[in-house]
Amino acid sequence: MLRACGVSSPDELFAHLPEAVRLNRPLALDPGISEYEIVDYFRARAAENAHGYASFLGAGVYNHYRPVLVDAVVSRGEFLTSYTPYQAEISQGTLTAIFEFQTMICQLTGMDVANASMYDGSTAVPEAAMMAARSTGRSRVLVARGVHPEYREVLRTYARNQGMPVEEFGYVAQTGAIDLEDLERRMGSDAADAALAAAVIVQSPNFFGVVDQVKSAAEIAHRHGALLIMVFTEAVSLGILEPPADADIVAGELQSFAISPSYGGPFAGILATREKYMRQMPGRLVGQTNDARGNRAFCLTLSTREQHIRREKATSNICTNQALIALMATVFMTVYGKRGLRELAERNMAKARYLAAKMQPRFSGPFFNEFVARVEGRTPEDLNKVLLKKKIVGGLPLGRYYPELADCMLLCATEMSTRASMDEVRA
Amino acid sequence: MITKVRPHLSQNEALLFERSSPGKKAYQLPDLDVPAVDPAEALGAENVREAIEGFPEVSEVEAIRHFTRLSTWNYAIDHGMYPLGSCTMKYNPRINELVARIEGLAWAHPYQPEALSQGCMRVMASLESALAEITGMDAVTLQPAAGAHGELTGILLIRALLEKRGNPRRKILIPDSAHGTNPATAAIAGYAVENIKSSEAGVLDVGALEQLVTEDVAALMVTNPNTLGVFEHNIVEAAGILHRKGALLYMDGANMNALVGIARPGDFGVDVMHLNLHKTFSTPHGGGGPGAGPVAVKKALEPFLPVPRLRRSGKKLAWDYRRKHCIGRVRAFYGNFGVLVRALAYILAHGGEGLRNATVDAVLNAVYIRKQLEPHFDLPYASPNLHEVVFSDKRQAAHGVHTGDLAKRLIDYGFHPYTVSFPMIVHGALMIEPTETESKLELDQFIEAMISIAGEAASDPQLVRNAPYGTRTSRVDEVTAARKPVLRWKPE
Repeated sequence: MLRACGVSSPDELFAHLPEAVRLNRPLALDPGISEYEIVDYFRARAAENAHGYASFLGAGVYNHYRPVLVDAVVSRGEFLTSYTPYQAEISQGTLTAIFEFQTMICQLTGMDVANASMYDGSTAVPEAAMMAARSTGRSRVLVARGVHPEYREVLRTYARNQGMPVEEFGYVAQTGAIDLEDLERRMGSDAADAALAAAVIVQSPNFFGVVDQVKSAAEIAHRHGALLIMVFTEAVSLGILEPPADADIVAGELQSFAISPSYGGPFAGILATREKYMRQMPGRLVGQTNDARGNRAFCLTLSTREQHIRREKATSNICTNQALIALMATVFMTVYGKRGLRELAERNMAKARYLAAKMQPRFSGPFFNEFVARVEGRTPEDLNKVLLKKKIVGGLPLGRYYPELADCMLLCATEMSTRASMDEVRA
Repeated sequence: MITKVRPHLSQNEALLFERSSPGKKAYQLPDLDVPAVDPAEALGAENVREAIEGFPEVSEVEAIRHFTRLSTWNYAIDHGMYPLGSCTMKYNPRINELVARIEGLAWAHPYQPEALSQGCMRVMASLESALAEITGMDAVTLQPAAGAHGELTGILLIRALLEKRGNPRRKILIPDSAHGTNPATAAIAGYAVENIKSSEAGVLDVGALEQLVTEDVAALMVTNPNTLGVFEHNIVEAAGILHRKGALLYMDGANMNALVGIARPGDFGVDVMHLNLHKTFSTPHGGGGPGAGPVAVKKALEPFLPVPRLRRSGKKLAWDYRRKHCIGRVRAFYGNFGVLVRALAYILAHGGEGLRNATVDAVLNAVYIRKQLEPHFDLPYASPNLHEVVFSDKRQAAHGVHTGDLAKRLIDYGFHPYTVSFPMIVHGALMIEPTETESKLELDQFIEAMISIAGEAASDPQLVRNAPYGTRTSRVDEVTAARKPVLRWKPE
């Protein structure tokens, strides 16, 4: 091969690189290791983490059972090791699965169109906000404090350089649901155009686990010409909760659908909307068409919205979707199906209510599988220390995110929570 | 003569919604060990939904067959060479998949106590320092979820630094050979984009750059080697021009597979760059993601990196959230950890010498393809190439056969097409990147196929224009798909 390339040594392939840029020493990395040494290395790292603990953490990442079919499907090399399906003739597997994914997300959310997935829920939120700004020609965004705190941080990072002021509105101290009066007040009435809101962003169930008042928020948003963006972090709740029919855009996180917590990622976000906003939506989309023989076929479509065609005028700079993770969610939705997802959601509700029964829920609003509990006589951190000794990871202390809730923790129970472990927490 | 493939049967399969029947199920749930609740009572009847209209109802066997049948309609790296230029479709080692699934890693919750997350944090710290060594940079954030997300992070870092110096400036310069994500990113970060024309040799024109860099320019975004596979040999000079005017040099690391162990961006003037772990570091593309786009920076930009940052605290690692100059978060939690595990496994398997050898093999493979195909295809830029080579369809276009047609015909020969019509500075581009994965046998089959197709283009252009023939799906009508969008299934 060297001869065919007209060189006598591999180094000659780089001879045209200026001397000044070349690294004239080996990389200071350990020598390569064999397969079983690699396994040993990562097993050792895993052993340094929590193992054998029961956990009541939720807060955007949920511990649900992962049906074995999910891994069986995504481990297939045809799905795992293929590229983005630009070449439709030899990518119908991925394209068909994404089309099914888009359909199921529409069925779940009640929206008309869903894209082929986003990086995660947190980045789907600013993308939704930018979409609303483009659609309304306005820029101001109102976001509920009940939206995941880290999602709000991501929103601010994106918004800062977009000329997109982000303002937060509060929650009702008793119920934990959005404060509709505060929202109404901040919408402004006959203020200058620049101050009008492009979007109102609410999460349901919200960060406190409370099923929030999406319908009322939508009514206020729409009355002022703003779009309503509904966020969710716990996708299993869609198995039982009324879909957000009043929302204009739904931005959510699918981690609950068979995606392992994996210390925070990779997950898959979704973006779904009404047909009239379809062309403002960023991200990949799969559409149905025919091949030259007249058979049904699928392909990536509406790419004139995207960066590889539109460059700086694109709807977003997003390129990657989370195809393999979206496939996990698709298999999960298939396995549970129409009845199973509802049954699963009911299990979660039952477990969470069992756990909540002897704690002191802080809010009165209806909750799904998470709730805020007030800890008395000690700090939430101290309670967690006690629980850790029983091999239980307790709830998330809320003081860091909500100073006014420094005496509270956020607890989650799923179908995986055993009665025995919940009894330990209550004791 | 097509040697690599021959046709075989593939199963038809309806959509899930079409093959559902009421009452079928593929799940099991254990008996409930706590009292059941009435949803309407617990949530309020108005909050409880009706059954999910149209949601699938299939058995377990039907579910596995459904997805298995679909999978057989895909081409994949596991089938053979995937010569997509700038996409670095290399083998995805299965050891990576195994270690990413180890329970203590895969089931670690991002909010579990730091004392019980040291293993995850050590994985991240090890990867940060390996990437810093590979790139020659001072600090790395692993938070960005993908390449374009890394670009955005990098440009926000530049903006933050310039703001602190008093003026964020207005413009980002981008060569016309750049990936489309570069200008889109600059726009999202609030910058105007100014394109720079490449020189006749297909590289940065430093004379033009000197003219364009004013006090208004925040940065130059450059891909090195560029999308022609050519090393930007003026890079040190370009960095000097920018730095003298107080601007920064951003490097798109999409093509880092040409440089690992050979040259380090940190040593040639780059201030900030991203890496695509799903390209250079072998994590699977998965049909379009997930990826990961770590960003590496020089010391001056370190204070602005997104929170939280890993920090040593005695023998332990801790997350540091209190950093007053930081740009904020670019995503929730810490990054695509599962992808990071795979990338570290790849680095551990190779070691320093192995990584360099992979680069050499990747470049050798690309140069070999160039030499073998040069007599048959037009090579618009004669500069020496590294990991990829870009031809044009000029000779075949004379027969009415274009790059897209040649690419579709390649499918019949058992290969995934190369990258079509990119970079835009080459009219009718064929962008070919073999990676180090391919053996001489596979390369020779590819070369044979390309030469044979060049012959067909001359002797029977119609044959090539109507390809592919061997696939279960023939040419797909993308125009109708865009004109009358059908983006979800609906009952008849």
